[in-house]
Amino acid sequence: MNSFDVIVVGGGHAGCEAASASARMGCKTALITHKIKSIGEMSCNPAIGGLGKGHLVREIDALDGLMGRVIDKAGIQFRLLNASKGPAVQGPRAQADRELYKKYMQEYLSSQENLTIIEDAVEGLIIKDNVISGVVSSNGEEYFSNSVVLTVGTFLNGVMFTGHKTSVGGRINDVSCGGVTSYLKECGLNVGRLKTGTPARLNADTINWDILDKQDGDENPTPFSFSTDEITQKQISCFITHTNEETHKIIRDNFSKCALFSGLIKGVGPRYCPSIEDKLVKFADKTSHQIFLEPEGYNTNVVYPNGISTSLPADVQDLFIHTIKGLENVEILQYAYAIEYDYVDPLELNHCLGVKKVKNLYLAGQINGTTGYEEAAAQGLVAGVNAALNSKKSEEEFVVDRSQAYIGVMIDDLITKGVDEPYRMFTSRSEYRLYLRADNADLRLTEYGYKIGCVSDESYTVFKNKKENLDKFRSIVNNVYVKNSDIEYFDLPIKKENGKKTIFILMGMGDVSRETICKILPDLENVSKEVYEQLCIESKYSGYMKRQLSDIEIFKKDENVKIKKDIDYSKVGGLSREMVAKLEKYRPETLGEASRISGVTPAAIIAILSYMKNN
Amino acid sequence: MNKNTIYALSTVFGKSGVAVIRISGDQSLNVISNLTNIDTTKIKPRYTYFTDIINKKTKEILDKSLVIYFNSPYSFTGEDIVEIQCHGSKAVLNSVLICLSNIKGVRLAEPGEFSKRAFYNNKMDLTQAEGLADLIDAETSEQQKYAIKQMSGSLRNLYNSWRNDLVKILSYLEAFIDFPEEDIPQNLYDDILNTVFKVKTDIINHITKNNVNERLRNGFRIVLTGVTNAGKSSLINSLTKRNAVIVSDIEGTTRDAIDINLDIKGYPVIITDTAGIRETNNPIEKQGIEIAKEKINEADIIINIYDTINSSPDILLDKEKTIFVANKIDKLSQIELDNIPNDHIKISAKHNQGIDVLIETIFNIIKDKFSNSSGPLITRARYREALEDCLDNLECFSLDKEIELSAEDIRLACRSIGKITGVVEVDEILNNIFGSFCIGK
Repeated sequence: MNSFDVIVVGGGHAGCEAASASARMGCKTALITHKIKSIGEMSCNPAIGGLGKGHLVREIDALDGLMGRVIDKAGIQFRLLNASKGPAVQGPRAQADRELYKKYMQEYLSSQENLTIIEDAVEGLIIKDNVISGVVSSNGEEYFSNSVVLTVGTFLNGVMFTGHKTSVGGRINDVSCGGVTSYLKECGLNVGRLKTGTPARLNADTINWDILDKQDGDENPTPFSFSTDEITQKQISCFITHTNEETHKIIRDNFSKCALFSGLIKGVGPRYCPSIEDKLVKFADKTSHQIFLEPEGYNTNVVYPNGISTSLPADVQDLFIHTIKGLENVEILQYAYAIEYDYVDPLELNHCLGVKKVKNLYLAGQINGTTGYEEAAAQGLVAGVNAALNSKKSEEEFVVDRSQAYIGVMIDDLITKGVDEPYRMFTSRSEYRLYLRADNADLRLTEYGYKIGCVSDESYTVFKNKKENLDKFRSIVNNVYVKNSDIEYFDLPIKKENGKKTIFILMGMGDVSRETICKILPDLENVSKEVYEQLCIESKYSGYMKRQLSDIEIFKKDENVKIKKDIDYSKVGGLSREMVAKLEKYRPETLGEASRISGVTPAAIIAILSYMKNN
Repeated sequence: MNKNTIYALSTVFGKSGVAVIRISGDQSLNVISNLTNIDTTKIKPRYTYFTDIINKKTKEILDKSLVIYFNSPYSFTGEDIVEIQCHGSKAVLNSVLICLSNIKGVRLAEPGEFSKRAFYNNKMDLTQAEGLADLIDAETSEQQKYAIKQMSGSLRNLYNSWRNDLVKILSYLEAFIDFPEEDIPQNLYDDILNTVFKVKTDIINHITKNNVNERLRNGFRIVLTGVTNAGKSSLINSLTKRNAVIVSDIEGTTRDAIDINLDIKGYPVIITDTAGIRETNNPIEKQGIEIAKEKINEADIIINIYDTINSSPDILLDKEKTIFVANKIDKLSQIELDNIPNDHIKISAKHNQGIDVLIETIFNIIKDKFSNSSGPLITRARYREALEDCLDNLECFSLDKEIELSAEDIRLACRSIGKITGVVEVDEILNNIFGSFCIGK
């Protein structure tokens, strides 16, 4: 019998996390994908992490998700971005061996209890009176469940463009699925089009590597997962080359052949990931753009040239790529293409990533207008957990807010602001950046994850142990003052006239070695590196943290005021008709959410408050 | 530094002769000791005290007022509340509000903040029971109306230019943070430093120059322009003779000999006589014109007088705040009179003709700006607080810190100025980044 607690449609990064999370929650889960061997595929750039994105991976890991652990095993070049800047804005990043990544992801999933993986193409949804109860495959097979999570990526009516040539599909050599969109539209969901692109792939054996600049990974790779002690696989190098004026001339001469400029593509592409033709138009005076040549794995000759995605036709790609230094004789294995696909307006979602208009339905990943593996995976996890809670008829919801995690920032941005281009995470999106760090993702989330049920006992024990140590030593270093004699003896950067300073403050000053600090306070000798570093970081930001934490406190107050789901705004006194219409459209779940909707005035907030109080 | 005690003007100016200022938060009693001689260790809750409100710095008595203290949780916000009932005149209110904002830990309430506090402390019922609709009104709609739209053009441009500068440098800093793998020019750091320095200096100058206290005490600024013989002196004579009264110079203050203090229907104004702006090569005259220009920029109202026979209206003046006055109409024929634009005021200073109309026009403009509600007073206090906060954050800024901390300083500075000019959204920063740098690894 095809009956499950939770069905996850799609085996991309969102689908993997959703299925795993739901199964970890103890729900009988099915992951349905049209091609089992593509599970965990990196369709574009073979890399995980970066600024903001690396933070997301750490947060997924803190909730016992898979991405961090998999990339730690499949990474072939690790680099901590912004290593010279402060810990709040350091972003771990790694190049992956594409095949290894899929292999380990599939291993994790196939060994996951409660999870069944099914190969079938979902073409329809079983929805009655805006309640979903299952999905239908292209050959009529029906699957039933209490909750459904759709993570269909770019496959909804995906159309690929190479110049003016178009083909239907969600990824190169893959089919598209259009059926699902019509079901969503029928339920009254607002559906739009977005666009993204991927560059050509090159044959490594035909690149003149000797004349290119090499970029090595870090000597001591920083793992993503809290559970990884050390990265053991061999690290490889990437290379950098540049476009030149000849390249630009060829591209300019062929602008008319771009799918993008000829009006063929209507979807909006991401500003931070422009095609090479976009770059030439917007920054016409730049005579050169950098290109990172990233190997896709140990045992493959495929190279990903990062920086030259394009919608130009194949013959023009041939011409311009061969003008680039090192690529004069390169063989192009696959041409670049742009892809346009359907997405659901994320204003249709709530904080759980549930669809407001369709009961039991959850959406995660690119279908919600985001881009990036990490963004997709993080949503998958949240949707998976909530789908599981929903299936269990639990009273609880798994809601991560803006002050807790980048995951919360992303979901809140999506559901209160909507998107007008594919949404990608940046650290600047968070108003609590100094607090939402990669190093403390576990402190921010693991406890909550354990309480809700997606974190295993094993992971939780490790975390608890760390936290107890941290609390213990934090209280010690906060209560011991640096003696004047020590200041003189060790020549510490403390000015005596500024009053006594604790060891905690000293730890944040940066230029005092651990060795010295241990001499002053020998208790610290037995502290793990992890805990010691955590304390140093906390100390470093402590001045700013006070303000940030008090901001968070104010934020939480409004966030904790839940607005009744069935509130009738037309009955709230003192609201203008436009305001009622706006609130009806967004249907915010909390007072905080309401106040973040653009155009909602403080007067309206007070009106809602007093209405709630009286009803 | 967290300022958690808030104050607001709870009455709408003009509705009554008494104004109520409410202070809520744990610093409320401290406010009483800062403004009165009441011994706060002995003060009884819910008793009315009749007392002097004193500026402790200058020892000046600002008003005689009623002060009531409501102790937590027996107040409508649930916090300690102090209510000051003082006279409703704008001068009194303004000086009390300024004293308040100078007390540490006390700030103006955000719109709706009183009511929110009441709600969080489960006191919302009280808010309604006591019929405090006025308060909510004062907190929200009235003050909301006085957003940036209410500012004069030049002030709006000034604040917006600071906002743009800050948004620009924040986007530079964010670009360095979020896009470490892109080639972002390193020379931007100089630009960042220079801009912070410039905005800082500008704000300091602005705050000291636009001291609200000084301005309101001394009155509205009217600058009289017009060429020699257009009739400026006669006009001033007429004004002083008629409905307006000469107010003697304040002792000890230095001012131009040609500044004249008047009281127009209860509003204090200062009239300054200038030569007006015109092109010249004479260095001494140039200097005079520079001074005149400055006066004209600072003016609330400009009166441009021309004599219709030998001179014409000065088209270089800011039309929004200029009253054009055609003098010597007694010497004109009917056809010539008809040629004067309708919105120009026709007078004969010599024969006291049309002076009433002019006075009425001035009065209406002032009334519009000052008397409708408490808006302008509170709005100005809000601007000042926001600018001071902005300045505090800019003072903290340094590139010697780690970049995410420098960015945090600028982000907070943006947040402060955003309270005047409209919130700075993340998307604006990102737009700036993608517009300025070719991002696209």
